[in-house]
Formats: sequence, structure tokens, C-alpha cells
Amino acid sequence: MTLRLPRRGLAQALALIVILMVDRVVSPQFFNLHLQDGRLFGSVIDVLNRGTPVALLSLGMVLVIATGGIDLSVGAVMAIAGATAASLADAHSLPVVLLAALGVGLLCGLWNGILVAVLRIQPIVATLILMVAGRGIAQLITEGRIVTFTSPDLVWLGNGAVLGLPTPVAIAIGMLLLTAAVVRGSALGLLIEATGGNARASELSGVGTRTMILAVYVWCGICAALAGVIAAADIMGADANNAGLWLELDAILAVVIGGTSLFGGRFSLVLAVAGALIIQAMNTGILLSGYPPELNLLVKAVVVLAVLLVQSPRLSDLSGIMARWRSKKP
Amino acid sequence: MQAPAMQTNVDLDSPLLEVRGLSKSFGALKALQEVDFTLRAGEIHALLGENGAGKSTLIKVVTGVFARDAGVVRLAGGEIAPRSAKAALDAGIATVYQEVNLLPNLSVAQNLYLGRQPTCFGVVREAEMRRRAKALLNGFGLDIDVGAPLSSYSVAIQHVTAIARAVDLSARVLILDEPTASLDRHEVEILFKAMRQLAAAGIGIVFVSHFLDQVYEICDRITVLRNGRLIGERETASLPRLELIRMMLGRELAETTETRAPAHSGAMGEVCASFKGFGKQGYVAPFDLELRHGEVVGLAGLLGSGRTETARLIFGAERADSGEAEVDGQAVRLNSPRDAARLGFGYCPEERKTEGIVADLTVRENIVLALQARRGLHRPLSRREQDEIAMRFIRLLDIRPPDPERPIGLLSGGNQQKALLARWLATEPRLLLLDEPTRGIDVGAHAEIIRLVRDLCDQGLALLVISSELDEIVTYSNRVVVLRDRAHVEELKGEAVEVSSILAAIAADGATAAQGAVP
Repeated sequence: MTLRLPRRGLAQALALIVILMVDRVVSPQFFNLHLQDGRLFGSVIDVLNRGTPVALLSLGMVLVIATGGIDLSVGAVMAIAGATAASLADAHSLPVVLLAALGVGLLCGLWNGILVAVLRIQPIVATLILMVAGRGIAQLITEGRIVTFTSPDLVWLGNGAVLGLPTPVAIAIGMLLLTAAVVRGSALGLLIEATGGNARASELSGVGTRTMILAVYVWCGICAALAGVIAAADIMGADANNAGLWLELDAILAVVIGGTSLFGGRFSLVLAVAGALIIQAMNTGILLSGYPPELNLLVKAVVVLAVLLVQSPRLSDLSGIMARWRSKKP
Repeated sequence: MQAPAMQTNVDLDSPLLEVRGLSKSFGALKALQEVDFTLRAGEIHALLGENGAGKSTLIKVVTGVFARDAGVVRLAGGEIAPRSAKAALDAGIATVYQEVNLLPNLSVAQNLYLGRQPTCFGVVREAEMRRRAKALLNGFGLDIDVGAPLSSYSVAIQHVTAIARAVDLSARVLILDEPTASLDRHEVEILFKAMRQLAAAGIGIVFVSHFLDQVYEICDRITVLRNGRLIGERETASLPRLELIRMMLGRELAETTETRAPAHSGAMGEVCASFKGFGKQGYVAPFDLELRHGEVVGLAGLLGSGRTETARLIFGAERADSGEAEVDGQAVRLNSPRDAARLGFGYCPEERKTEGIVADLTVRENIVLALQARRGLHRPLSRREQDEIAMRFIRLLDIRPPDPERPIGLLSGGNQQKALLARWLATEPRLLLLDEPTRGIDVGAHAEIIRLVRDLCDQGLALLVISSELDEIVTYSNRVVVLRDRAHVEELKGEAVEVSSILAAIAADGATAAQGAVP
């Protein structure tokens, strides 16, 4: 695993560097950092901080996609978890609030997992159910209002600092390490890759493919819930309509940029997070450049196209043909 | 090339479709070697052979799905080289596959005229289309509501619709690939009636099926392929069933390397696993089977006779609904491959690509997969253990190239098969089920795999091996169970394990078994 990463991650590392350089050009102070009240500030920190929700989502999403599935409901799960946290925040302590929100995320993941693994519904349809229903559930929790809170503990989760890093960034790093430890430290990684690579062959090798699939959706739900809590803590309130809106698409994009095939199989946690950072670095760059934010979508589309072209087997065939053609020329 | 004599009228004895010296390779695997095939106008011609014989490759080359390496295809005397299924269809060769390639949500009439609907100023003339569809199907003896969706009709009617569409597209040659596999007796009648009508109208029909009764019922001539070679073309009436089966299962290996294994002289090992009345309704009839350590049991029979089904049932890939299984005298449950793997069973399936290898993963990961699955999530094999296991089996089985980090999909078929064997050997199994372990493997690897099977057996493993190559089965089996019509019909032991006795058991008049199967 350790041997493979550098070679595989080259394209993503280059892309991230290029985008950061472009950011540096449009905003000369981009790499400036300063410490204030025990927390680092600066555009780079901003990229990390703003990128946290998508990075967390991509940690769950990459595992789901590695099994050959997809989870469209993560944005809605963010809204549910955010609503849960916000409505409990002022009456309960932080551990209770967190446990409740993550518990809700776990249940959401379990629901998706049962639909996909046990009832064998196509993942895109199965998770569409919660994607649509989830915002309704979140609104039921907030009773249609934007629930605000003042609990300093929860606010710290969104705006505090740990060792100079914004709390969300520290949490995301912790989750990356935890996920990596669980997935690569146990046999989970291999069995997930085998399940996604060839489910029938894995099943016939005695792999509990159903358990694998159930587990990744549950983990995806928990990651989404954590992202939702952080998003709510960031704005000190839960907006059931807009929290996490369309973020499932960014998370899928991050995973794809990270080189994991939508057909399942090989995956990389680190590169999925790198994908999330690439997306956020673009977003931040466009905001800093002063161009209208609408441009953001266009740039994103171009990046998606570029990533897909790089991964397209046809294109690599084509480049092979070109190389042969060139070598034939005297 | 000699000038073709163009035929203007239908001459029932002249070749309609002529294939000469057709060859096709996929990498090192020779799927077709200089195959000839002749279809006359107005005949129904069976194309027979076991899996991997080259039937579907032949069809796909003739219909332009694959490009050929060598050979000629002539249609009514004129050479053709279709480059796509569409081009073949335009030339007059239509194919109807087992899975009907139509649109179930559209009406029968729409399916018949899809892409060539009668229109009036760009608007589809629905009534006209239905009228024509009705007339067309009436010609096939079908009087149905052509406005209803295709999916509301039985598979047989869907097949006839597909055939009617093909024929209406001015097909002169109709290829039916396993059209009867999912039909009941009555539906087969509907289909056969349509086929006879078409043949009478001068269309040449190629019929691919593994139901020999049906072949004898409807076909005029039979061409048999085996291992990509033409074995022979005969008239159905003058070809006894035993002879046909001999042609299909043949003897080839004897010429190459193998001699009969010395029958195990000493006492056979302990009973490893035994099955009593084990079976599943509509899958395999209940059977009794005892598997012993240090013994190879061969499963012989034609394609679809229940060989693979028996192995899948034993391995828990399908759940048995009757009978008991015992391992070392203890009653066990076999509800899933996981159960079976925990009991120390291993299964190398016939479909290596779709059910065996995980193509994107490395040889190492593929080899450790079953062992890791059995150890469970919380006891991962360290990278060093994985490397050790992988290298040990790469050396032991001589897997090439000896690179554990190569994706297994890039290996040749023989080496993939060895890696799959390694996957199970790494779990130190007590019983191995091998389904066509030598299929699609070049000759060298073939002999190696057979040697491996013998070695494993000598080491005390219990083996159940399925093969279509009777000589191969005879070479390594201590006992052979013969299957017919999804039932175990005979068990041959010791001296009785002979190609001729197996052939006789397979070909034994199916009347009794068939009567038993009729509800």
C-alpha cells in the first residue's frame, strides 16, 4: 500500500500544486499565515477548513464507491445530523449531542446499507430515497425553522482551534487517521476492494460481501453526520434546507478525482481527501480572484472533464497510438 | 478465388452458408482452428459441442461480432466479411440469442418494426404497423394482440417475435443460439413449428442447443465442434446418440501425454464429507455422495446435466432444500460459501473470469483472499505473511510471471487457474471442488494442472473434479459419478472407470429419466 501511493497519487499531487500556484497568482497573500488567539489564519487554512465537510464525506464515500456502490444521501444526512445537534445543543452536553447526531448518522447508513446489501436495491436508487426524504426529516426535526444555538462547546467544534489548527481540520485529520487505521489495519481494505472488484468471486471465496457493504454505508452515514455537525457548528445553527446541499456531488467528485473507479475496486483514502482539497482550492481561488462565483461551476466542470479524460481507457489507447506513430517517424 | 455461381432460385441442396478454414485466436488460446461449416437452404442444422468448443466463437465470427484471423465465409456463393452484427443482418444473416434482445416495454408490433416503422409525413402509422405485425405473426401460427407489451407474453412468443423480426428483415440464414433453454415443452412446440415453416420456405437455420432430444427431433444435420476444431458433420438420421456423444466429449488427451493413473491400491482414506438425499428442487435431484480423503471423484455428463449444479450445492453457493451433509461424521449446515469455506471446502468455479479472479487485484491479493476471508476482519495477514504465502505458491505451482504484485487479470488463463488453486490451497482445505479446471488452458498448463490434481490427491485431499474431457476424468478419477438430466444416474468404480462405460452411462436411453421428470 505504502509503495503504491506515491506513484498513484502523482496526478493528484500535481493538480493540487498547480491549483495552489494559480491561487497564489490571483491572490499574492495566499500562503501568508498568522497566529491569532491560538489559531492560525490565512487562505491556505481557509482551504483546509472549508474543505472539511467534503473531505469527511469523501472518507465514507470512497469506501462505498470502492464496493461498487454510491451514496447520494450524504448531503441529506448532514442536514439531519445538523438539525439533531442544533436542537439538542443548548439543553445537553457536547458528548450527548455528538453521540445523538452520530447515532442518527449511523441509523441513516444502516438504512441505506440494508436497502443495498440485504434487499439488493441498486445503490443509486436506494440512497436516492434518503436523499429526498432526508431533508424532510431534517425539517421535521427543526419544525421548519432555522434552529440556532449558543452552546459554546458546539460552537468550539466549528470555530475553535486545536494546536493552532481549526477544530474541523483537526477532526478531519483524526477521522482520516482513524479510517485508515480501521481499513488498512484490519483486512477490511482488501475485502472491500475484492467485493468491489468482483462481488461474485469474493462471495465464492467466502468473503461476507453483505457485511462489507453494510459496513461501508454505515461508516458513510457516520462521516456524513460528523460533517453535518461541523457545518451546523460553523454557522451556529441548522438550516434543514441548505445544509450540505449538493455536497454529495462534491464528495463523489472528490473520490473520482482521487482515482477510485465508480465501478469499484481499488481505492485510496488519502487521495479522496486530496480530491476534496483540490475542489476547495479551486473554490477559494475563484472567490479570491474576484471573478463571479458562478464561474466556479464552469471551472469545476472543466476539472471533472479533465479527470475523466485522463482516466479514460480510450484516451490512453489513443496516446499509445500517437506514441507509436511518432516513433515510426524518422 | 473462383467465380461464385450466383444462385437466383432456392436450390435445396446447394450450400447457402459456407465456412471454410475459419480460424480465430484470443491471445494464446486458439478458439477456432480451420473450421468448416456448411448450411444448406431449407435445412435445420445443429451446431453442437461442449462449453469452449467454439460454437459461439463461430457464430460471432460469422455474424461479424469478432474479426476472423483466417478463412472464408460465403453466403449463397458470394464471399462476405461482415464487420458488425448490423452488417451481417444486412447481408441476410440474423441471430436470435437465448436472452431475447428486444425491448420488453414496447408492444409486439413496435418491436417488430422498430427502426423501420411505416410512417406518413414522419408520423408512425400505428394501425398500419399493427396490421402488418398481425399478418406477419399469423404466418408463424400466432394470433396474439400485437398492441400488448412484449413482456406480457411468454418467452417462447418473445422468441418467435425476435425470429419473425429477423426473418422479416430478409434474413436467409437464421442462427438460434440456445433458444429453448428457458422454454417448457409446449413453448418449444411453438418455436419448432415456426422453425419448420421457415425451413420449408428455404431459410437455412443453425440451431445451437445442448438438449440432444430436441436436436434429434428437429435437425436434419449435425456439426460437432470440440476444442475449436471441427469433429464432423453428419446426417441426424444416421448418427446414433452414443456416437454423437463420443464426438462431443471425444478422446484427444490420450494422444498427448496422459496415461491411466494407477488405481489407488491401498485402502482409501477416511470419509471426508458425505451427502444423503442432498438436492434442490428444479436444480439437482437429491443424490447420495461420499467423498474420501486421498480420492478423486470425477463428475461426468453433458453440459447442463447437473455437474456444476452439484458442486455449487455442495459449496453452499446454492442452498439445498433436501437432505443432509456430514463432515467427519458431524452434521453440518451448508447455507453459503462462507459456511463451506469454514468447513475447509474450496471451489474453483468454471467461470474463471466472472466468478473466480478479482481481475484488478494483484496475484498476491487474489491468493490470500480466501484465507483472509476465513480468518476474519480482525486477524489480518500482515504484508510479510501475504508475501510469503504468495511467493510460496507462485514457486510451488510455477505461476508465471512470478510477480506477486501483477494484477491477476494480466495473467494467462492457465496461470489464473493456478492462482485460484493457490487461493484455496492456502486455506489448507480438506475438500476441493474443481469445475472444469483445464478449460481454456493451453496444452502445457493442461498437463500441469492434471499432475497437480494427482499430487493433491496423494497428499490426502479429497477432490471432486468436473470435466467435459472424459479422458482427463478417467486419468485421475478413482470414482466417476455420471449425471444426466440433473440427476446422478450412475457411479463407476475401479476397473469400470473407462471412457466407454462413461459414454454408455451418459447416452443410456434417457426415456426412463425423462419420464421421471415429466410432472
